[in-house]
Amino acid sequence: MDGGLLNSKNMYKSWTDCLGAAHFALVFALWSALAYAGVVSNTFLPTPDQVLQTAYRMVVDPAGDNLLHHALISTLRVTVGFFISAVLAVPLGIFMGTLPKVRAFFEPMMGFIRYMPASAFIPLFILWIGLGEPEKVMVIFWGTFFQQALMVMDVTKNVAGELVEVSYTLGAKKLAVFSKIILPASLPGIIDTLRITFGWAWTYLIVAELVGASSGLGYVIIQAGRFLKTDVIFVGILVIGLLGMLTDLIFKLLYRVMFPWLTREGA
Amino acid sequence: MPDNGHKLVIKSVSKTFQTKKARVTALQETTFDVREGEFVTILGPSGCGKSTILRVVAGLVEPSSGQVLLDGREIKSPGADRGMVFQSYTLFPWLTVQKNIEFGLELKNVDKRARAEIAQHYLKLIGLSGFENVYPVNLSGGMKQRVAIARALANEPEILLMDEPFGALDAQTRTIMQELLLSIWEETKKTIMFVTHDVEEAIFLGDTIYIMTARPGRIKEKIRVGLPRPRDYAVKDAPEFLEIKRRILELIREESIKAANAV
Ligand SMILES: Nc1ncnc2c1ncn2[C@@H]1O[C@H](COP(=O)(O)OP(=O)(O)O)[C@@H](O)[C@H]1O
Ligand SMILES: [Mg+2]
Repeated sequence: MDGGLLNSKNMYKSWTDCLGAAHFALVFALWSALAYAGVVSNTFLPTPDQVLQTAYRMVVDPAGDNLLHHALISTLRVTVGFFISAVLAVPLGIFMGTLPKVRAFFEPMMGFIRYMPASAFIPLFILWIGLGEPEKVMVIFWGTFFQQALMVMDVTKNVAGELVEVSYTLGAKKLAVFSKIILPASLPGIIDTLRITFGWAWTYLIVAELVGASSGLGYVIIQAGRFLKTDVIFVGILVIGLLGMLTDLIFKLLYRVMFPWLTREGA
Repeated sequence: MPDNGHKLVIKSVSKTFQTKKARVTALQETTFDVREGEFVTILGPSGCGKSTILRVVAGLVEPSSGQVLLDGREIKSPGADRGMVFQSYTLFPWLTVQKNIEFGLELKNVDKRARAEIAQHYLKLIGLSGFENVYPVNLSGGMKQRVAIARALANEPEILLMDEPFGALDAQTRTIMQELLLSIWEETKKTIMFVTHDVEEAIFLGDTIYIMTARPGRIKEKIRVGLPRPRDYAVKDAPEFLEIKRRILELIREESIKAANAV
Protein backbone atom coordinates (compact mmCIF):
# COMPACT_ATOMS: atom_id res chain seq x y z
CA MET A 1 0.00 0.00 0.00
CA ASP A 2 2.73 2.41 0.99
CA GLY A 3 4.72 1.55 -2.13
CA GLY A 4 1.81 2.48 -4.35
CA LEU A 5 1.32 5.78 -2.62
CA LEU A 6 5.00 6.46 -2.81
CA ASN A 7 5.23 5.75 -6.50
CA SER A 8 2.30 7.93 -7.41
CA LYS A 9 3.80 10.67 -5.27
CA ASN A 10 7.13 10.43 -7.06
CA MET A 11 5.40 10.39 -10.40
CA TYR A 12 3.44 13.42 -9.40
CA LYS A 13 6.66 15.13 -8.36
CA SER A 14 8.39 14.49 -11.69
CA TRP A 15 5.24 15.71 -13.43
CA THR A 16 5.30 19.01 -11.59
CA ASP A 17 9.04 19.35 -12.20
CA CYS A 18 8.33 18.96 -15.92
CA LEU A 19 5.68 21.67 -15.79
CA GLY A 20 8.14 24.04 -14.11
CA ALA A 21 10.81 23.33 -16.73
CA ALA A 22 8.24 23.74 -19.50
CA HIS A 23 7.49 27.25 -18.31
CA PHE A 24 11.17 28.17 -18.55
CA ALA A 25 11.34 26.68 -22.04
CA LEU A 26 8.23 28.57 -23.08
CA VAL A 27 9.50 31.96 -21.94
CA PHE A 28 12.86 31.28 -23.54
CA ALA A 29 11.20 30.28 -26.81
CA LEU A 30 9.05 33.38 -26.81
CA TRP A 31 12.06 35.58 -26.12
CA SER A 32 14.05 33.89 -28.90
CA ALA A 33 11.19 34.17 -31.35
CA LEU A 34 10.66 37.85 -30.70
CA ALA A 35 14.38 38.69 -30.71
CA TYR A 36 15.64 36.58 -33.63
CA ALA A 37 12.70 37.32 -35.90
CA GLY A 38 13.40 40.98 -35.36
CA VAL A 39 9.83 41.62 -34.23
CA VAL A 40 11.36 43.74 -31.50
CA SER A 41 14.53 45.69 -32.20
CA ASN A 42 17.69 44.40 -30.52
CA THR A 43 18.13 47.74 -28.83
CA PHE A 44 15.12 46.87 -26.74
CA LEU A 45 15.32 43.09 -26.71
CA PRO A 46 18.73 41.46 -27.20
CA THR A 47 18.95 37.92 -28.54
CA PRO A 48 19.82 35.09 -26.15
CA ASP A 49 23.26 34.58 -27.72
CA GLN A 50 24.03 38.31 -27.45
CA VAL A 51 23.26 38.10 -23.77
CA LEU A 52 25.44 35.01 -23.38
CA GLN A 53 28.33 36.64 -25.24
CA THR A 54 28.01 39.78 -23.16
CA ALA A 55 27.96 37.72 -19.97
CA TYR A 56 31.10 35.87 -21.10
CA ARG A 57 32.85 39.12 -22.02
CA MET A 58 31.95 40.62 -18.63
CA VAL A 59 33.19 37.57 -16.76
CA VAL A 60 36.60 37.52 -18.45
CA ASP A 61 36.90 41.32 -18.30
CA PRO A 62 39.95 41.96 -16.11
CA ALA A 63 39.07 45.62 -15.52
CA GLY A 64 36.77 47.02 -12.82
CA ASP A 65 33.67 46.09 -14.78
CA ASN A 66 34.11 42.40 -14.13
CA LEU A 67 30.73 40.73 -13.63
CA LEU A 68 31.94 38.43 -10.87
CA HIS A 69 33.39 41.40 -9.02
CA HIS A 70 30.05 43.21 -9.08
CA ALA A 71 28.15 40.06 -8.16
CA LEU A 72 30.48 39.47 -5.24
CA ILE A 73 30.12 43.00 -3.91
CA SER A 74 26.34 42.81 -4.17
CA THR A 75 26.27 39.44 -2.47
CA LEU A 76 28.45 40.77 0.34
CA ARG A 77 26.25 43.81 0.85
CA VAL A 78 23.07 41.84 0.89
CA THR A 79 24.52 39.18 3.18
CA VAL A 80 25.86 41.68 5.70
CA GLY A 81 22.64 43.72 5.77
CA PHE A 82 20.54 40.59 6.00
CA PHE A 83 22.74 39.06 8.66
CA ILE A 84 22.66 42.12 10.94
CA SER A 85 18.91 42.31 10.49
CA ALA A 86 18.39 38.61 11.26
CA VAL A 87 20.62 38.66 14.33
CA LEU A 88 18.45 41.39 15.83
CA ALA A 89 15.05 40.52 14.37
CA VAL A 90 14.93 36.83 15.25
CA PRO A 91 15.41 37.22 19.02
CA LEU A 92 13.19 40.30 19.09
CA GLY A 93 10.48 38.47 17.13
CA ILE A 94 10.69 35.49 19.46
CA PHE A 95 10.30 37.70 22.52
CA MET A 96 7.46 39.60 20.90
CA GLY A 97 5.74 36.30 20.16
CA THR A 98 6.12 34.94 23.68
CA LEU A 99 5.93 37.98 25.95
CA PRO A 100 2.71 40.01 25.53
CA LYS A 101 4.26 43.12 27.07
CA VAL A 102 7.20 43.14 24.69
CA ARG A 103 4.73 42.65 21.85
CA ALA A 104 2.51 45.49 23.09
CA PHE A 105 5.52 47.83 23.15
CA PHE A 106 7.04 47.03 19.75
CA GLU A 107 4.25 45.87 17.49
CA PRO A 108 2.40 49.16 16.82
CA MET A 109 5.53 51.12 15.90
CA MET A 110 6.91 48.32 13.77
CA GLY A 111 3.60 47.85 12.03
CA PHE A 112 3.74 51.57 11.22
CA ILE A 113 7.30 51.63 9.87
CA ARG A 114 6.78 48.44 7.92
CA TYR A 115 4.49 50.25 5.50
CA MET A 116 6.99 52.99 4.75
CA PRO A 117 8.97 52.01 1.65
CA ALA A 118 12.61 51.54 2.58
CA SER A 119 13.62 53.30 -0.64
CA ALA A 120 11.95 56.48 0.60
CA PHE A 121 14.50 56.58 3.41
CA ILE A 122 17.50 56.51 1.07
CA PRO A 123 17.91 60.29 0.86
CA LEU A 124 17.82 60.47 4.66
CA PHE A 125 20.36 57.70 5.05
CA ILE A 126 22.65 59.41 2.52
CA LEU A 127 22.36 62.66 4.47
CA TRP A 128 22.99 60.97 7.77
CA ILE A 129 25.64 58.40 6.99
CA GLY A 130 26.96 59.32 3.57
CA LEU A 131 27.28 57.33 0.37
CA GLY A 132 29.54 54.49 1.48
CA GLU A 133 28.94 50.88 2.29
CA PRO A 134 27.18 51.53 5.64
CA GLU A 135 24.43 53.34 3.77
CA LYS A 136 23.87 50.42 1.38
CA VAL A 137 23.77 47.97 4.26
CA MET A 138 21.43 50.28 6.14
CA VAL A 139 18.91 50.27 3.29
CA ILE A 140 18.89 46.49 3.20
CA PHE A 141 18.64 46.34 6.97
CA TRP A 142 15.77 48.83 7.04
CA GLY A 143 13.85 47.01 4.34
CA THR A 144 14.27 43.62 5.99
CA PHE A 145 14.29 44.08 9.75
CA PHE A 146 10.69 45.06 10.51
CA GLN A 147 9.12 42.44 8.28
CA GLN A 148 11.43 39.82 9.66
CA ALA A 149 10.71 40.58 13.31
CA LEU A 150 6.95 40.67 12.74
CA MET A 151 6.98 37.41 10.79
CA VAL A 152 9.07 35.66 13.44
CA MET A 153 6.68 37.02 16.06
CA ASP A 154 3.75 35.44 14.23
CA VAL A 155 5.52 32.10 13.95
CA THR A 156 6.33 32.03 17.66
CA LYS A 157 2.92 33.26 18.71
CA ASN A 158 1.21 30.52 16.75
CA VAL A 159 2.93 27.56 18.36
CA ALA A 160 0.08 25.16 19.17
CA GLY A 161 -1.27 25.94 22.62
CA GLU A 162 -1.79 22.25 23.38
CA LEU A 163 1.90 21.49 22.95
CA VAL A 164 2.57 24.10 25.60
CA GLU A 165 -0.19 22.76 27.84
CA VAL A 166 0.94 19.16 27.58
CA SER A 167 4.47 20.21 28.50
CA TYR A 168 3.08 21.89 31.64
CA THR A 169 1.35 18.64 32.60
CA LEU A 170 4.71 16.89 32.16
CA GLY A 171 6.25 19.18 34.72
CA ALA A 172 7.74 21.94 32.55
CA LYS A 173 8.09 25.42 34.03
CA LYS A 174 8.11 28.70 32.05
CA LEU A 175 11.78 28.61 31.06
CA ALA A 176 11.61 24.98 29.93
CA VAL A 177 8.45 25.68 27.97
CA PHE A 178 10.35 28.41 26.15
CA SER A 179 13.54 26.49 25.43
CA LYS A 180 12.10 23.01 24.94
CA ILE A 181 8.77 23.74 23.26
CA ILE A 182 8.46 27.23 21.79
CA LEU A 183 11.94 27.40 20.30
CA PRO A 184 12.06 24.01 18.58
CA ALA A 185 8.44 24.35 17.47
CA SER A 186 9.07 27.73 15.83
CA LEU A 187 12.45 26.96 14.30
CA PRO A 188 11.15 25.69 10.93
CA GLY A 189 8.94 28.76 10.58
CA ILE A 190 11.88 30.99 11.46
CA ILE A 191 14.14 29.42 8.84
CA ASP A 192 11.34 29.82 6.32
CA THR A 193 10.97 33.47 7.29
CA LEU A 194 14.69 33.94 6.70
CA ARG A 195 14.42 32.31 3.28
CA ILE A 196 11.55 34.55 2.22
CA THR A 197 13.05 37.76 3.60
CA PHE A 198 16.41 37.02 1.99
CA GLY A 199 14.60 37.29 -1.32
CA TRP A 200 13.27 40.69 -0.27
CA ALA A 201 16.73 41.77 0.85
CA TRP A 202 17.90 41.34 -2.75
CA THR A 203 15.20 43.74 -3.87
CA TYR A 204 16.38 46.38 -1.41
CA LEU A 205 19.98 45.81 -2.45
CA ILE A 206 19.21 46.77 -6.02
CA VAL A 207 17.31 49.81 -4.82
CA ALA A 208 20.30 50.78 -2.69
CA GLU A 209 22.70 50.40 -5.63
CA LEU A 210 20.57 52.43 -8.00
CA VAL A 211 21.53 55.56 -6.10
CA GLY A 212 25.07 56.76 -5.55
CA ALA A 213 26.84 53.47 -6.09
CA SER A 214 29.93 52.74 -8.16
CA SER A 215 29.81 48.98 -7.99
CA GLY A 216 27.39 46.11 -7.66
CA LEU A 217 24.80 44.57 -9.91
CA GLY A 218 22.34 47.41 -9.36
CA TYR A 219 24.99 49.87 -10.47
CA VAL A 220 25.78 47.74 -13.55
CA ILE A 221 22.12 47.73 -14.52
CA ILE A 222 21.58 51.45 -14.04
CA GLN A 223 24.76 52.30 -15.95
CA ALA A 224 23.77 49.99 -18.79
CA GLY A 225 20.40 51.68 -18.93
CA ARG A 226 22.03 55.04 -19.46
CA PHE A 227 23.98 53.78 -22.47
CA LEU A 228 21.18 51.66 -23.91
CA LYS A 229 23.10 48.44 -23.34
CA THR A 230 20.06 46.23 -23.08
CA ASP A 231 22.15 43.07 -23.18
CA VAL A 232 24.05 44.15 -20.05
CA ILE A 233 20.77 44.91 -18.28
CA PHE A 234 19.65 41.39 -19.13
CA VAL A 235 22.86 39.91 -17.79
CA GLY A 236 22.49 41.85 -14.53
CA ILE A 237 18.89 40.84 -14.01
CA LEU A 238 19.55 37.20 -14.85
CA VAL A 239 22.51 37.03 -12.45
CA ILE A 240 20.37 38.45 -9.65
CA GLY A 241 17.70 35.87 -10.45
CA LEU A 242 20.26 33.06 -10.39
CA LEU A 243 21.76 34.22 -7.10
CA GLY A 244 18.28 34.45 -5.62
CA MET A 245 17.44 30.93 -6.76
CA LEU A 246 20.71 29.69 -5.36
CA THR A 247 20.09 31.14 -1.90
CA ASP A 248 16.55 29.79 -1.98
CA LEU A 249 17.96 26.36 -2.76
CA ILE A 250 20.49 26.60 0.06
CA PHE A 251 17.77 27.50 2.54
CA LYS A 252 15.60 24.63 1.34
CA LEU A 253 18.50 22.24 1.72
CA LEU A 254 19.22 23.59 5.17
CA TYR A 255 15.56 23.08 6.04
CA ARG A 256 15.68 19.44 4.98
CA VAL A 257 18.85 18.76 6.91
CA MET A 258 17.72 20.60 10.04
CA PHE A 259 14.19 19.22 10.21
CA PRO A 260 14.12 15.55 9.26
CA TRP A 261 11.14 15.19 11.58
CA LEU A 262 8.91 17.24 9.25
CA THR A 263 8.86 14.76 6.39
CA ARG A 264 7.44 11.28 6.42
CA GLU A 265 9.98 8.62 5.70
CA GLY A 266 10.09 7.68 2.05
CA ALA A 267 8.10 10.72 1.00
CA MET B 1 -3.06 10.22 52.55
CA PRO B 2 -6.32 12.02 53.22
CA ASP B 3 -8.39 10.36 55.95
CA ASN B 4 -11.42 9.62 53.77
CA GLY B 5 -9.25 7.52 51.45
CA HIS B 6 -9.97 9.64 48.41
CA LYS B 7 -7.25 10.25 45.89
CA LEU B 8 -8.89 13.23 44.27
CA VAL B 9 -11.57 15.45 45.71
CA ILE B 10 -13.44 17.94 43.56
CA LYS B 11 -15.21 20.33 45.90
CA SER B 12 -17.92 22.71 44.65
CA VAL B 13 -15.90 23.50 41.54
CA SER B 14 -17.49 25.80 39.00
CA LYS B 15 -16.14 27.67 36.03
CA THR B 16 -17.43 30.70 34.20
CA PHE B 17 -15.56 32.02 31.20
CA GLN B 18 -15.68 35.72 30.50
CA THR B 19 -15.35 36.35 26.79
CA LYS B 20 -15.60 39.69 25.02
CA LYS B 21 -19.21 39.05 24.09
CA ALA B 22 -20.62 37.04 26.95
CA ARG B 23 -20.18 35.09 30.16
CA VAL B 24 -20.27 31.36 29.58
CA THR B 25 -20.93 29.06 32.50
CA ALA B 26 -19.00 26.02 31.38
CA LEU B 27 -19.43 24.16 34.63
CA GLN B 28 -21.96 24.52 37.42
CA GLU B 29 -20.95 23.68 40.97
CA THR B 30 -19.63 20.17 40.82
CA THR B 31 -18.62 17.88 43.64
CA PHE B 32 -17.31 14.34 43.46
CA ASP B 33 -14.30 12.28 44.33
CA VAL B 34 -12.11 9.59 42.91
CA ARG B 35 -10.67 6.67 44.86
CA GLU B 36 -7.10 5.50 44.56
CA GLY B 37 -6.81 3.19 41.57
CA GLU B 38 -10.32 3.95 40.38
CA PHE B 39 -11.18 4.25 36.70
CA VAL B 40 -13.69 7.08 36.43
CA THR B 41 -15.33 7.99 33.16
CA ILE B 42 -17.12 11.26 32.53
CA LEU B 43 -19.77 11.02 29.86
CA GLY B 44 -21.59 13.89 28.23
CA PRO B 45 -22.41 15.67 24.97
CA SER B 46 -19.89 18.07 23.50
CA GLY B 47 -19.83 21.47 25.16
CA CYS B 48 -21.09 20.22 28.53
CA GLY B 49 -17.87 21.07 30.35
CA LYS B 50 -16.04 17.72 30.36
CA SER B 51 -12.74 19.19 29.22
CA THR B 52 -13.18 22.06 31.65
CA ILE B 53 -13.30 19.65 34.60
CA LEU B 54 -10.16 17.87 33.43
CA ARG B 55 -8.36 21.13 32.77
CA VAL B 56 -9.19 22.39 36.23
CA VAL B 57 -7.81 19.19 37.72
CA ALA B 58 -4.72 19.50 35.50
CA GLY B 59 -4.26 23.05 36.77
CA LEU B 60 -4.47 24.51 33.28
CA VAL B 61 -7.66 26.40 34.15
CA GLU B 62 -8.40 28.18 37.40
CA PRO B 63 -11.85 27.36 38.82
CA SER B 64 -14.22 30.27 39.46
CA SER B 65 -15.17 28.69 42.76
CA GLY B 66 -14.34 25.62 44.78
CA GLN B 67 -11.14 23.64 44.98
CA VAL B 68 -9.52 20.42 43.87
CA LEU B 69 -7.51 18.33 46.31
CA LEU B 70 -5.05 15.68 45.22
CA ASP B 71 -3.92 13.50 48.11
CA GLY B 72 -5.29 16.23 50.37
CA ARG B 73 -3.25 19.06 48.83
CA GLU B 74 -4.95 21.84 46.94
CA ILE B 75 -4.13 22.10 43.26
CA LYS B 76 -2.97 25.56 42.20
CA SER B 77 -0.96 25.04 39.03
CA PRO B 78 -0.12 22.34 36.52
CA GLY B 79 2.39 19.72 37.62
CA ALA B 80 3.97 16.41 36.80
CA ASP B 81 1.76 14.62 39.33
CA ARG B 82 -1.18 14.90 36.95
CA GLY B 83 -0.49 13.50 33.50
CA MET B 84 -2.78 14.39 30.62
CA VAL B 85 -3.58 12.88 27.24
CA PHE B 86 -5.45 15.13 24.81
CA GLN B 87 -7.78 14.26 21.96
CA SER B 88 -5.61 16.07 19.45
CA TYR B 89 -2.17 14.67 18.77
CA THR B 90 0.24 16.43 21.07
CA LEU B 91 3.46 14.50 20.65
CA PHE B 92 6.38 16.86 20.16
CA PRO B 93 7.06 16.41 16.45
CA TRP B 94 10.77 17.29 16.70
CA LEU B 95 11.44 14.51 19.21
CA THR B 96 11.64 10.80 18.50
CA VAL B 97 9.21 8.43 20.19
CA GLN B 98 11.78 7.64 22.89
CA LYS B 99 12.64 11.31 23.48
CA ASN B 100 8.94 12.10 23.74
CA ILE B 101 8.49 9.45 26.41
CA GLU B 102 11.58 10.70 28.23
CA PHE B 103 10.48 14.34 28.16
CA GLY B 104 9.17 14.55 31.72
CA LEU B 105 12.05 12.45 33.06
CA GLU B 106 14.59 14.76 31.45
CA LEU B 107 12.95 17.71 33.18
CA LYS B 108 13.37 15.86 36.45
CA ASN B 109 17.05 15.30 35.60
CA VAL B 110 16.75 11.53 35.63
CA ASP B 111 20.02 10.25 34.19
CA LYS B 112 20.25 8.99 30.66
CA ARG B 113 20.50 5.27 31.35
CA ALA B 114 17.56 5.25 33.76
CA ARG B 115 15.52 7.30 31.28
CA ALA B 116 16.17 4.86 28.48
CA GLU B 117 15.20 1.95 30.71
CA ILE B 118 11.93 3.54 31.74
CA ALA B 119 11.18 4.44 28.13
CA GLN B 120 11.83 0.83 27.08
CA HIS B 121 9.47 -0.40 29.77
CA TYR B 122 6.61 1.81 28.60
CA LEU B 123 7.31 1.17 24.92
CA LYS B 124 6.83 -2.50 25.66
CA LEU B 125 3.69 -1.79 27.66
CA ILE B 126 2.09 0.03 24.71
CA GLY B 127 3.36 -2.56 22.22
CA LEU B 128 5.69 -0.23 20.33
CA SER B 129 9.10 -1.70 21.11
CA GLY B 130 11.34 -1.02 18.12
CA PHE B 131 9.79 2.38 17.42
CA GLU B 132 12.10 4.36 19.71
CA ASN B 133 13.87 6.30 16.98
CA VAL B 134 10.84 7.05 14.86
CA TYR B 135 9.51 10.61 14.58
CA PRO B 136 5.79 11.13 15.29
CA VAL B 137 5.11 12.14 11.68
CA ASN B 138 5.64 8.50 10.73
CA LEU B 139 3.12 7.12 13.24
CA SER B 140 -0.57 6.38 12.73
CA GLY B 141 -3.13 8.15 14.91
CA GLY B 142 -3.53 5.15 17.22
CA MET B 143 0.23 4.84 17.65
CA LYS B 144 0.55 8.55 18.45
CA GLN B 145 -2.02 8.21 21.22
CA ARG B 146 -0.26 5.14 22.59
CA VAL B 147 2.99 7.07 22.80
CA ALA B 148 1.14 9.99 24.41
CA ILE B 149 -0.14 7.57 27.06
CA ALA B 150 3.36 6.18 27.59
CA ARG B 151 4.77 9.71 27.84
CA ALA B 152 2.25 10.60 30.55
CA LEU B 153 2.80 7.32 32.45
CA ALA B 154 6.60 7.46 32.30
CA ASN B 155 6.36 10.47 34.59
CA GLU B 156 4.61 8.27 37.18
CA PRO B 157 1.77 10.72 37.80
CA GLU B 158 -0.61 10.26 40.72
CA ILE B 159 -3.53 10.45 38.33
CA LEU B 160 -3.93 10.15 34.57
CA LEU B 161 -6.34 12.59 32.91
CA MET B 162 -7.60 11.58 29.49
CA ASP B 163 -9.69 13.96 27.36
CA GLU B 164 -11.41 11.92 24.63
CA PRO B 165 -8.05 10.43 23.67
CA PHE B 166 -9.58 8.02 21.17
CA GLY B 167 -12.11 10.49 19.77
CA ALA B 168 -10.24 10.99 16.51
CA LEU B 169 -9.59 7.29 15.83
CA ASP B 170 -11.58 4.96 13.59
CA ALA B 171 -13.91 2.40 15.21
CA GLN B 172 -11.59 -0.63 15.00
CA THR B 173 -8.55 1.21 16.31
CA ARG B 174 -10.68 2.69 19.04
CA THR B 175 -11.75 -0.76 20.30
CA ILE B 176 -8.15 -1.97 20.29
CA MET B 177 -7.04 1.13 22.17
CA GLN B 178 -9.75 0.67 24.79
CA GLU B 179 -8.60 -2.87 25.48
CA LEU B 180 -4.98 -1.78 25.53
CA LEU B 181 -5.76 0.99 27.99
CA LEU B 182 -7.56 -1.46 30.27
CA SER B 183 -4.61 -3.86 30.22
CA ILE B 184 -2.26 -0.97 31.03
CA TRP B 185 -4.54 0.06 33.85
CA GLU B 186 -4.68 -3.52 35.22
CA GLU B 187 -0.90 -3.54 35.23
CA THR B 188 -0.17 -0.07 36.62
CA LYS B 189 -3.26 0.37 38.81
CA LYS B 190 -3.23 4.10 38.03
CA THR B 191 -6.08 6.34 39.03
CA ILE B 192 -7.69 7.46 35.76
CA MET B 193 -10.20 10.16 34.86
CA PHE B 194 -11.38 9.53 31.33
CA VAL B 195 -13.65 11.90 29.42
CA THR B 196 -15.76 10.69 26.50
CA HIS B 197 -19.02 11.29 24.66
CA ASP B 198 -19.25 7.61 23.65
CA VAL B 199 -21.71 5.71 25.88
CA GLU B 200 -20.20 2.26 25.24
CA GLU B 201 -16.68 3.51 25.85
CA ALA B 202 -17.72 5.01 29.20
CA ILE B 203 -19.27 1.73 30.37
CA PHE B 204 -16.60 -0.54 28.97
CA LEU B 205 -13.74 1.32 30.68
CA GLY B 206 -15.16 2.71 33.89
CA ASP B 207 -15.75 1.60 37.46
CA THR B 208 -17.84 4.68 37.87
CA ILE B 209 -19.52 6.84 35.26
CA TYR B 210 -20.47 10.45 35.86
CA ILE B 211 -23.10 11.56 33.40
CA MET B 212 -23.09 15.24 32.55
CA THR B 213 -25.72 17.40 30.98
CA ALA B 214 -25.17 20.52 28.97
CA ARG B 215 -26.06 24.18 29.36
CA PRO B 216 -24.92 24.82 31.93
CA GLY B 217 -22.76 21.78 32.45
CA ARG B 218 -23.34 19.75 35.57
CA ILE B 219 -23.19 16.17 36.76
CA LYS B 220 -26.62 14.60 36.60
CA GLU B 221 -26.00 11.06 37.70
CA LYS B 222 -23.40 8.70 39.06
CA ILE B 223 -23.53 5.12 37.83
CA ARG B 224 -21.48 2.26 39.20
CA VAL B 225 -20.40 -0.33 36.69
CA GLY B 226 -20.26 -3.72 38.36
CA LEU B 227 -18.95 -5.61 35.34
CA PRO B 228 -16.20 -8.08 36.26
CA ARG B 229 -12.54 -7.38 35.49
CA PRO B 230 -10.51 -7.93 33.48
CA ARG B 231 -12.87 -7.01 30.68
CA ASP B 232 -12.57 -7.64 26.97
CA TYR B 233 -14.73 -6.53 24.07
CA ALA B 234 -17.12 -9.50 24.55
CA VAL B 235 -18.47 -7.80 27.66
CA LYS B 236 -20.21 -5.31 25.37
CA ASP B 237 -22.81 -8.02 24.67
CA ALA B 238 -23.34 -8.98 28.32
CA PRO B 239 -26.83 -8.35 29.74
CA GLU B 240 -25.52 -6.11 32.54
CA PHE B 241 -23.67 -4.01 30.00
CA LEU B 242 -26.76 -3.62 27.86
CA GLU B 243 -28.84 -2.80 30.93
CA ILE B 244 -26.50 0.04 31.92
CA LYS B 245 -26.43 1.28 28.37
CA ARG B 246 -30.23 1.30 28.25
CA ARG B 247 -30.39 3.27 31.49
CA ILE B 248 -27.90 5.85 30.26
CA LEU B 249 -29.65 6.28 26.92
CA GLU B 250 -32.92 6.78 28.78
CA LEU B 251 -31.29 9.49 30.92
CA ILE B 252 -29.89 11.23 27.87
CA ARG B 253 -33.29 11.06 26.19
CA GLU B 254 -35.02 12.64 29.18
CA GLU B 255 -32.49 15.43 29.13
CA SER B 256 -32.87 16.18 25.45
CA ILE B 257 -36.65 16.26 25.77
CA LYS B 258 -36.30 18.68 28.66
CA ALA B 259 -33.90 20.79 26.64
CA ALA B 260 -36.24 20.78 23.63
CA ASN B 261 -39.21 21.86 25.78
CA ALA B 262 -37.20 24.57 27.46
CA VAL B 263 -36.43 26.31 24.17
N1 LIG C 1 -11.34 29.29 27.16
C1 LIG C 1 -12.69 29.38 27.00
N2 LIG C 1 -13.26 30.59 26.80
C2 LIG C 1 -14.59 30.70 26.65
N3 LIG C 1 -15.45 29.66 26.66
C3 LIG C 1 -14.94 28.43 26.85
C4 LIG C 1 -13.53 28.22 27.02
N4 LIG C 1 -13.32 26.89 27.19
C5 LIG C 1 -14.53 26.31 27.10
N5 LIG C 1 -15.51 27.22 26.91
C6 LIG C 1 -16.95 26.95 26.79
O1 LIG C 1 -17.34 26.18 27.88
C7 LIG C 1 -18.25 25.16 27.52
C8 LIG C 1 -17.72 23.80 27.92
O2 LIG C 1 -16.54 23.53 27.18
P1 LIG C 1 -15.74 22.17 27.30
O3 LIG C 1 -15.39 21.94 28.71
O4 LIG C 1 -14.63 22.22 26.32
O5 LIG C 1 -16.83 21.10 26.84
P2 LIG C 1 -16.63 19.58 26.36
O6 LIG C 1 -15.22 19.18 26.62
O7 LIG C 1 -17.64 18.82 27.16
O8 LIG C 1 -16.98 19.55 24.91
C9 LIG C 1 -18.47 25.31 26.04
O9 LIG C 1 -19.65 26.03 25.83
C10 LIG C 1 -17.27 26.09 25.59
O10 LIG C 1 -17.58 26.88 24.48
MG1 LIG D 1 -13.77 18.54 25.26
